[in-house]
Amino acid sequence: MTQLALVIDLNVCVGCHACVTSCKEWNTSGVAGFLTDENPYGKDPTGTFFNRVQTYEVGAFPDTETVHFPKSCLHCEDPPCVPVCPTGASYKRKEDGIVLVDYDKCIGCKYCAWACPYGVRELDEKQQVMKKCTLCVDRIYDTAIPEAQRKPACVTACPTNARLYGDVHDEHSEVSIAIRERGGYALMPEWGTAPANHYLPKRRSTCAVADDQVARVDTARVTDAAVPGTLAALIAEAQAAAGAGR
Amino acid sequence: MHPAWSVILFTTLIGVAQGLFVAVYAIDIGARLDLIATPARAFFVTGAALAVAFSALGLLASFWHLGRPERAWRAAAMWRTSWLSREVIVLPAFTASVAAYCFALATDAVWTPSIGLLALVLCLALFVCTGMIYACLKFLQEWASPLTLVNYFLLGCASGFNLATLLASLLAPRFTEPLAVWAVGFTTVALGVRAAMLTRNARLRPRSTIQTAIGIRHPNVQQKAQGSMGGSFNTREFMHGRSRHFLRSVKWTFLVLAFPVPAALVWIGATTDASLVLGCAFVVQYAGLLAERWFFFAQANHPQNLYYQVIS
Repeated sequence: MTQLALVIDLNVCVGCHACVTSCKEWNTSGVAGFLTDENPYGKDPTGTFFNRVQTYEVGAFPDTETVHFPKSCLHCEDPPCVPVCPTGASYKRKEDGIVLVDYDKCIGCKYCAWACPYGVRELDEKQQVMKKCTLCVDRIYDTAIPEAQRKPACVTACPTNARLYGDVHDEHSEVSIAIRERGGYALMPEWGTAPANHYLPKRRSTCAVADDQVARVDTARVTDAAVPGTLAALIAEAQAAAGAGR
Repeated sequence: MHPAWSVILFTTLIGVAQGLFVAVYAIDIGARLDLIATPARAFFVTGAALAVAFSALGLLASFWHLGRPERAWRAAAMWRTSWLSREVIVLPAFTASVAAYCFALATDAVWTPSIGLLALVLCLALFVCTGMIYACLKFLQEWASPLTLVNYFLLGCASGFNLATLLASLLAPRFTEPLAVWAVGFTTVALGVRAAMLTRNARLRPRSTIQTAIGIRHPNVQQKAQGSMGGSFNTREFMHGRSRHFLRSVKWTFLVLAFPVPAALVWIGATTDASLVLGCAFVVQYAGLLAERWFFFAQANHPQNLYYQVIS
């Protein structure tokens, strides 16, 4: 069975928020209606977003790493938000595993948001219904747009290709290979939600180099200097004498 | 969590309704079995009517919680999986059956005990539904305990029997003292359970940490930005935004107002037959329960808060 998901490579995310703005642009213009912004140019701007990029600092100065961490609905394989919904507005699609909200059925009771440990559901203050990432369900199946663009808006916008998209149940897909071979992990595994979205760890690029790989230790100049009478030994002796006389 | 007044009022009001109904029905059955004397019919009818009124007020408060109250009827759909949906079905059924019981009492119908029994079953089911709405959220560790259910049951009964004692002092004085004993009893046991909840919650160790939240195994992880500068639904809905000191004050307020003070007032009021004191007992306990419920919500620490520790 298909389970569409995102795999986010923390190693290459630069925290530019292009995924946030393209997500907002696509989803506020779609058939499902706008994503409310309250007080956008005021003192305390707030609004509905499906996707946010957060920033964390790991380690203590000077040994620190900055981690940019994009966070959106993880489309859990066992989503705790779905069974608690009293109206059935929250549901998980059988055909592709996307977790969606039917905005026409939602009563805005917020219980699904309470039941999500990741905090990826947001109540739209104007429409008073719960909103969340749709994995651009209105885009990925649209045959009117070129096939290469039939991906979530955040994926096409990412300038560093930090966002991979595909079927995590297909063992040969790009996302499955990335999870398998590049240490893909899920968030808060302790709650058994089995998130479909995975993250690839940040890796520090280091190169293990030994001293003898930088300066050769077995040249004639080095090895012969230890044998008395050789030219190398004589040169070494002369250099030592010159050094002592100075 | 951010305590919502709609839910605080809702849970406390229906608790009073349920407890009051249990008190009235218990006396009704006792009288029918000739175990106790039969009080005036006015006591039963007024009691059942008050239970309906409190229940209806609770229902009204619950609508206030919804973003789209006009669609509330849809909430009955998912009773197979959702405790909230089950509550949405059981609460109106309970209210309607208590209303029918009230009518049966007033008209002295033969089916009075039967409809009362149905209401009792629905009443107990409602306690389970209300408690399970919170207890079933396993990662809200402060709530995920059977104590949550027991607490809702005991506090509902305590406040309901408290009101029944007042009602008896006005309409059936012979029952004031026995009801007062039950009200004090429920209040005392409820204090024990609430203290057990507080002890349990104080010892909880959060299963989720910032390390599991973002999946980076390093003891020193600090948030620098949360993706918005002016707050979001996440910062409004899941955080109470009050100081530790404020929280502690609310805790001691409810520990005093919901338990020892009303218990003492009920006892004094019942022994001196002073309805005014009994009235005060109910008002004080209800105020204490509002504080108790506020604290219940505020104390729950949602794991999503791990992602929202710093604005920028």
